[in-house]
Amino acid sequence: MTAPYALLAAALVGLGLHGVLAHAEPLRRLLAFNLLGSGVFLVFGVVARRGAAAGLEADPVPQAIVITGLVVAFAATTLAVALLLRLHGGDPPQD
Amino acid sequence: MTLALDLLLAGAILVVAAWTVAARDGFAACFGFVATGLLLALAWVRLGSVDVALTEAAIGAGIGGVLLLNAAARLRGQETVDPGDVARPWQARGIAALCTAVAVALAAVLLALPVPAPGLAPAAAAALPPTGLGNPVTATLMTWRALDTLLEAVVVLLAVIGVWSLAPDAAWGGRPGPQVPPAEGPLALLARVLPPIGLVIGLHIVWAGADGPGGKFQGGAILAAMWVLAWMAGLVRPPPVGSRRLVLALVAGPAVFLMVGLAGLALAGSFLALPAGFSKPVILAIEAPLTLSIATGLALLLLGPPARAA
Repeated sequence: MTAPYALLAAALVGLGLHGVLAHAEPLRRLLAFNLLGSGVFLVFGVVARRGAAAGLEADPVPQAIVITGLVVAFAATTLAVALLLRLHGGDPPQD
Repeated sequence: MTLALDLLLAGAILVVAAWTVAARDGFAACFGFVATGLLLALAWVRLGSVDVALTEAAIGAGIGGVLLLNAAARLRGQETVDPGDVARPWQARGIAALCTAVAVALAAVLLALPVPAPGLAPAAAAALPPTGLGNPVTATLMTWRALDTLLEAVVVLLAVIGVWSLAPDAAWGGRPGPQVPPAEGPLALLARVLPPIGLVIGLHIVWAGADGPGGKFQGGAILAAMWVLAWMAGLVRPPPVGSRRLVLALVAGPAVFLMVGLAGLALAGSFLALPAGFSKPVILAIEAPLTLSIATGLALLLLGPPARAA
């Protein structure tokens, strides 16, 4: 039941890691890093689904940790984007 | 039938993700990333995690996509690549082999997980009635994993401080983000028509999170998106970074959460413990300012540092 998503999670981790290591442009590395993160979150999703019990569709504890992780990943990405724009971005387009 | 659906969905995500990594152009890669995020939200629904699906769609693909597309547009042709960072052919082969090995090992581990799977679902379901909540994920976030939620709210705040600290000296004290001229046409109409609906939906998702899928992070992201839409159309301006009301909106959530946590030390015996019988009103009292702080924080993170003097 969860096997397709388990394989997808592993593939996303591999793909993301490849992008982080093989790309030279910082923005592409950032995108790949986020894909790697999506793969890790999906591992939690698979574990949560497998832990379905007591009438719940999935174990709520890994789900709560993924929600926390998504928000933290977004915050870290905004900081990385701000650093990138400061390093390479020049002036804002409206100036 | 359902297995075919899962295989199709997983395959589609893999193709779009591979395209994100392989695309020639950073802008195209960002579109691939947004598409991956939206399809992943569907995968989360299939995995029975509707709360996560909402978060992925709203934060991962939604406002995350806006952030990355804007960055890609501004960085187009501007990024300088350090020649030392470009992988040589033998390095590229090594990287491919290493990443394949990691993916295969992870897949093998995931497929070999024990049956029946151990988990905390029975414990979470048993601990649900005293909280007065109906959604076990919200209950997890607000009670036995409350420390994570508090730290996460603080991380958003720290990220805002980090982004603001990248402002050029001359722009410090100004309004966050570039100045936007008033828009005309479809954007101006959308920015007037959509926010009233979006505000209701965002607040509903926060409120409904007590008993069904939803919550403050998902709802807060929608509220932030509505404000950013009005900002993109030039209808609203953010206050200067030194504005006392802005700072208050940012810190209200984590501050109230921290105070309730400390009160728990005195009243209920441990940090972040909720007094028995009053869980629901206390959780609502934390969630209301936390929603405001998260929505404000996410919107400010999208805008970026101040770009010009006040």
